Amino acid sequence: MENEKHHIVPYKVYIYILVALVAMTFLSIGITKINLGEYSVLGAMIFANLKSVLVLTWFMHLKFDQPFLRIMVGFVVLVFFAVIFITFLDYYYR
Amino acid sequence: MQTATQLEHEVNYLDYKGKYKGIFAWIFSTDHKRIALLYMYSMLTMFVVGVVLGLAMKLELIAPGKTIMDPGTYNAVFTVHGVIMIFMIVIPGLPAVFGNFMLPIMIGAKDVAFPKINLLSWYFYVLGAVLVIASVLFGNGAPDTGWTFYAPYSFKTGTNLLPAIFGAFVLGFSSILTGLNFIVTIHRMRAPGMTWFKMPLFPWSLYGTAWIQLLATPVVGITLVLVALERIFNIGVFDPALGGDPILYQHLFWIYSHPAVYVMILPAMGAISEIIPTFSQKHIFGYRAIIVSTLAIAFVGYFVWGHHMFTSGMSGTAQYTFSILTFIVAIPSAIKVFNWISTMHKGSINPEAPFLWAVTFIFVFMIGGFSGLVLGALATNVHVHDTAFVVAHFHFIVFGGVGFAFFGAIHYWFPKMFGRMYDKVWAKVGWAFFTVGFLTLYSPMFYLGMMGMPRRYYDYLPEFHAGNILSSLGSWVMTFGLLIVVINLFRSAKNGAIAEINPWNSKTLEWTVPSPPPLENYDEIPVYGEKDGPYEY
Repeated sequence: MENEKHHIVPYKVYIYILVALVAMTFLSIGITKINLGEYSVLGAMIFANLKSVLVLTWFMHLKFDQPFLRIMVGFVVLVFFAVIFITFLDYYYR
Repeated sequence: MQTATQLEHEVNYLDYKGKYKGIFAWIFSTDHKRIALLYMYSMLTMFVVGVVLGLAMKLELIAPGKTIMDPGTYNAVFTVHGVIMIFMIVIPGLPAVFGNFMLPIMIGAKDVAFPKINLLSWYFYVLGAVLVIASVLFGNGAPDTGWTFYAPYSFKTGTNLLPAIFGAFVLGFSSILTGLNFIVTIHRMRAPGMTWFKMPLFPWSLYGTAWIQLLATPVVGITLVLVALERIFNIGVFDPALGGDPILYQHLFWIYSHPAVYVMILPAMGAISEIIPTFSQKHIFGYRAIIVSTLAIAFVGYFVWGHHMFTSGMSGTAQYTFSILTFIVAIPSAIKVFNWISTMHKGSINPEAPFLWAVTFIFVFMIGGFSGLVLGALATNVHVHDTAFVVAHFHFIVFGGVGFAFFGAIHYWFPKMFGRMYDKVWAKVGWAFFTVGFLTLYSPMFYLGMMGMPRRYYDYLPEFHAGNILSSLGSWVMTFGLLIVVINLFRSAKNGAIAEINPWNSKTLEWTVPSPPPLENYDEIPVYGEKDGPYEY
């Protein structure tokens, strides 16, 4: 533990991230006012994913962690996208 | 100081007197072995309830028409039987008991990575179980939706569903915490020299399982919360009258619950992979192939959930995709079976009770697996969907798979866990009755389902009578065998002959520590040399 580097993120960065998260929350609500048809879910998913990337990278310090952990999280994200993709093989072709 | 430390290592975990006394010495213990036994006794209690409900169902079906219960009660009985058996027995099953007990010892560690979280996961288990039982005893009657809580039943039923849903939600936390603990333990606490490809296969199977527990369980948690919100606030996610989609519920539920089948079966396969080489006194055939197949099952198993929904109105594209993926997931399972059989080939077979359970596991698992392919094929699925055939397939895989592996594992590791040997003759008698009963109970259901008998009905047409009589008789024979097994183990835990440290001449690390193991397993963490390995016979 003593050998591990502790990266200190300035408060300013956290505030920027918070503002971005709140803004994207409003955007994901706002996008539902536009009729995108079958792509409305995709719109919501894009904002949700961007938000989770910000949280993982900054709030959960993935940016400063070992590459191995990034690979593990990347693998999980891959599984998640595969699950979403397969689910929509039903919805888009029903 | 030296004396105190030595003393701690000399006293076994059963006799160790710590800060607390009596029952508190157990329910406040963070020792992985005590937590494993807490799980085992809690699960046994719930298992008795589940078995009694199962017997009641079979008694109802011994004759057409009402026998001992009305249709509403039958619906409640099969629902609670399913919830208990799935969420409280087979999902926690081998990881919670043998994973907790054996994993740290098998990898040369003193405990799991987070002992307090480990204890917390047992508390979540108990809380979840209490909530499910509360849903039966209080309110407007026991839930009657089936263990899958399908929409729209789950938000239309007037029964006491919310506590059961919340119970399943809490049980999910128990599973997630156990999975998290195992992943960190395996990554960080393996003995020096124990590289990934020197790790025994049971910990490997727990590793694959832990990833599923960690990633898939939150999905069902959120889904059950949505059902609760639908019931309370009519939010309209699943209710078609409000613009929702009941098939979405099925997607979300099975995104978890199909991988959950692999949470059940992978550790079972891991235990079998320990038993077969030990009782063949031979290096496991295809060690790496078994590891790859374990990870392949864990990975592909995420993407086959739709085969539970072939007749629910999914798109044709999705149906084809899920059918193909289902056939693909059968391949790694077949690899394992091939490897186990090849391990036995020309081995020095010692047909003790654990081995008998293990080979029977392979037999019933094959029947369950092949009947799964019948269900995975789109055309035949339409014919047998929602019939007794599905019940037979499911019980061959889940009860046959997990049950036989669990009993194999308890007979294998029992001398290590309790330091005593069971009566070997009675163990074999119990196995024989259980196996004959099991096959008599579930095999007729394949025939009944093929002939068109629907599942989840308390009544049936007269032509199905003979098959149901046979099945009900089988349930009694199986329960008789189960009683022999349980009584033999309980008696032996107290009065059995003192067991040797390594009665089966096994090569994995748990057989190097005293029986029962001391509190922290090892005085000194073992070191794996270059030529050391778990199956070097």
